[in-house]
Amino acid sequence: MREASTTDDQAGGTVTATSSTPGGGRPQTGPDDILEMRSITKTFPGVKALSDVTIKVRRGEVHAICGENGAGKSTLMKVLSGVYPHGTYDGDIVFEGQVARFANINESEHAGIVIIHQELALVPYLSIAENIFLGNEVKGRGGLIDWNRANGEAGKLLRRVGLKENPTTPVGQLGVGKQQLVEIAKALTKDVKLLILDEPTAALNDNDSEHLLGLLRQLQAEGITCIIISHKLNEIISIAQSTTIIRDGRTIETLDIAAGEVTQDRIIRGMVGRDLESRYPERESHPGEEVLRVEDWTVGHPTQDRNVVEGASLSVRAGEVIGIAGLMGAGRTELAMSIFGRSYGRYRGGRLYKRGQEIQARNVREAIKHGLAYATEDRKKYGLNLIDDIKRNVSAAALEKLAGGGGLVNSNEEIAVAERSRKDMNIKAPTVMSVTGKLSGGNQQKVVLSKWIFTDPDVLILDEPTRGIDVGAKYEIYVIINKLVAAGKAVIVISSELPELLGICDRVYTLSQGRITGDVPIGEATPERLMELMTLERVTARSGASGGVTVGTSSEAPAVPGAPQQSEQSRSPISSQKPEDLA
Amino acid sequence: MSTSTTAPAKAPEPKTGSANPLVALTANLRQSGIYIAFVLVVALFAVLTDGRSLAAANVSTIVTQYAYVLVLAIGMLIVIVAGHIDLSVGSVLAVVGAVAARLAITYEQPWWVAALAALAVGIVIGAWQGFWVAYVGVPAFIVTLAGMLLFRGLDYLVLENISLSGFPPAYSKIATGYLNGLMGGYGYDAFTLLIGALAVVGFVVQQLRTRRARVKYQQTVEALPVLLLKIVIVAAVVMWFAYQLATARGLPIVLILLAVLILAYAVITKSTVFGRQVYAIGGNLSAAMLSGVNVRKVNFWIFVNMGFLAGIAGVIFSAYTNGAQPAAGTGAELDAIAAAFIGGAAVTGGVGTIVGAMVGGLLVAVINNGMIILGLGQEWQFIIRGMVLLLAVAFDVYNKRRSGTR
Repeated sequence: MREASTTDDQAGGTVTATSSTPGGGRPQTGPDDILEMRSITKTFPGVKALSDVTIKVRRGEVHAICGENGAGKSTLMKVLSGVYPHGTYDGDIVFEGQVARFANINESEHAGIVIIHQELALVPYLSIAENIFLGNEVKGRGGLIDWNRANGEAGKLLRRVGLKENPTTPVGQLGVGKQQLVEIAKALTKDVKLLILDEPTAALNDNDSEHLLGLLRQLQAEGITCIIISHKLNEIISIAQSTTIIRDGRTIETLDIAAGEVTQDRIIRGMVGRDLESRYPERESHPGEEVLRVEDWTVGHPTQDRNVVEGASLSVRAGEVIGIAGLMGAGRTELAMSIFGRSYGRYRGGRLYKRGQEIQARNVREAIKHGLAYATEDRKKYGLNLIDDIKRNVSAAALEKLAGGGGLVNSNEEIAVAERSRKDMNIKAPTVMSVTGKLSGGNQQKVVLSKWIFTDPDVLILDEPTRGIDVGAKYEIYVIINKLVAAGKAVIVISSELPELLGICDRVYTLSQGRITGDVPIGEATPERLMELMTLERVTARSGASGGVTVGTSSEAPAVPGAPQQSEQSRSPISSQKPEDLA
Repeated sequence: MSTSTTAPAKAPEPKTGSANPLVALTANLRQSGIYIAFVLVVALFAVLTDGRSLAAANVSTIVTQYAYVLVLAIGMLIVIVAGHIDLSVGSVLAVVGAVAARLAITYEQPWWVAALAALAVGIVIGAWQGFWVAYVGVPAFIVTLAGMLLFRGLDYLVLENISLSGFPPAYSKIATGYLNGLMGGYGYDAFTLLIGALAVVGFVVQQLRTRRARVKYQQTVEALPVLLLKIVIVAAVVMWFAYQLATARGLPIVLILLAVLILAYAVITKSTVFGRQVYAIGGNLSAAMLSGVNVRKVNFWIFVNMGFLAGIAGVIFSAYTNGAQPAAGTGAELDAIAAAFIGGAAVTGGVGTIVGAMVGGLLVAVINNGMIILGLGQEWQFIIRGMVLLLAVAFDVYNKRRSGTR
């Protein structure tokens, strides 16, 4: 492992042995910093995005950068990678002992700094190999691309990142987790010394994340230094050796995680500048009558001949928050979108009951009319018109409510409505005329919620409501959810983060391979119990009258005498089995 | 600048934006840029032609000659905002004119039968194209490229490949008629001036009502000096324009038609559910669908509307040329598209205003007209028109990038 790092001629022989112990110690031989950013100040017209930010990254470590959304993390990384060229900022970047003056991304990549952005930069129609060598093509005789060699090289890189895919497979056919690995393989072709990952696990489920973090440890052992930006603090603590906290464009502190005394709460305190007494606000649960019941819901894949959701049944009561837990690919979003006016895939059967009456919601309009609302997991793609302002986004799903006599939209009333949302939701924007594309993730999510609240729904389905948003804004979203249920609404939350579901729900349904495998009251729910149900294979489960779980078996699974044994059997896959996305 | 607008909305007195008109102007260069460009171009040609371009007769001519492009630009703007394009309107205009000519000239039908039949043809063509775009899902570029050929062919069929001319006078008056002497003339037409004055009064009333409503809803309003300056400028331009018309031939009938269309469509795009859904579709199609917008229906009606307006443009054009020619309206679609883009519409959809497209169209008209007065050859006219379109959109892109760096 030491050889791997010493092959790097500039770093020759200076790497300490400790850098190869994953997750463990840190370099002890003095200040061997691969990177130092000194007093970086970056101003945009009217805004000081970074002010005197200083950060030191030791060779061979995983260094985390923490901060709320809008704190300046991404700007700092753009300065480092040359997106903002030398001369547009103040301060110095010292990389490998020399002051770096990158004029563009190519120069920083040439120096060995590679950044992998949150939004993956892969071309979906090109193959894995084509993507890996894009802009760095393997040339053979006569300047033509030697595809045999390229595919062979790509194959090697894929094995290195633990991806068992054919290099000729189009990237669009891979899941997000695998695409992330392709990005890393691409970075490895560039002789990377410093790998920067911006929110690498934001879109990944726990298993994919675990695999990715394992890969980072492996790369670290090979001598590659990593900077990781993440909101998932438990991950940071488990993988990083030190962390620099940024708040409001300033460096707050650098914590030594390897020393073992840094807790999540400690990092949060640095990020928000105060203690968050609890990450989940208190709520008293008073569920009322049943508002929505879904029976036997089956959804076909939009293009393939298979069902992504099969015979799902669930119900939610007024003033109740229920959660839907499931691994990626379990069919959570597909189920939710299908219920919401059949907006995903093909409807193959199932009934909806609103307060005991069967209803028809064959399209989004009908769903909205029946008091359903669905706030998407991908707010940029499906939730907002990013080039339009807050007020028009808020009114978009219920314009008729603003159309008075003659069918004309009352734009003044519209502003008043948006202004109320801005105050109630604490949307941080100068006016409701601000363009939503320029808001932070948390504020965009509040706009999406405002839009659906304005339709005055009875049931809100919130798909990953806190994905990619910072701790402070998460808390605010939870408060909003509490307000909604206090007002008698029923809320369905889909989330990849089990602690979140455990923190805010009254009951949690588990979904595995398109089937509901459990209906667990919060009192009985533990992460282990849910994970167990989420990984149940080919087992049908129906919620009993008591709310407990009855486990049956289908023909494809080996018959097991009782539930406890089933649990024993299914526990082993959790730790060893890679999810389908990565396998 | 923005600090004055961030204050909480509790203040009882009207909140105002910057009182400095220059700041207010530069703050939104993207929107005001087109007006500045328009003024500069008008001034440039006034100098180049020794004032001939601003002569009363010429101002009057510009309106009647280019009205059909402006009508097309209204429909095109909506098409473009929704993220589509329509390449067929030049051919549609031709076939519509051909049908009107066949009816009015060959079969000697009354002028209004010809005009209504022409509109009906336009609407049917719009429904045809809307069907393919909205319900079959063929991209509008392809549907209208096919339409461009298809309707040019129909135009040839209807005309049997020869021009028809000599509309009844009542029909021609749609484009070339003037209201003159209704209240007596004293070297100038008093009626035209009165209409101009009414337009100014209407504008002032509308501005004040908007302002009052906004104050009531506790929103930011322009500082009073800015508003007054705006009113004075608009009033001066409108009255100068009316005076030019009044001393020439009076109020063109086609201008009344155009004004009605512009007002109606400004309201439709800004304040109806349909209009707002057009912007939503162009801004983010998926988000619009998930917000309950019936995208197919909206797309269908966008093209029906384009067909309807192409029908009106066809009537105006055939009336103006007093006949129907097989090659009529060739390239008209490009003028309409240019007008929308020069007026600030975004190529990616979701952005653009009717007023912007009209100013863009007028800009094109003034340039074309000025070049003709200067006696520039066809070759230079094409080159300059191409450069104007390129530079206008480049300016727009530059502005967007500048505002988008943050």
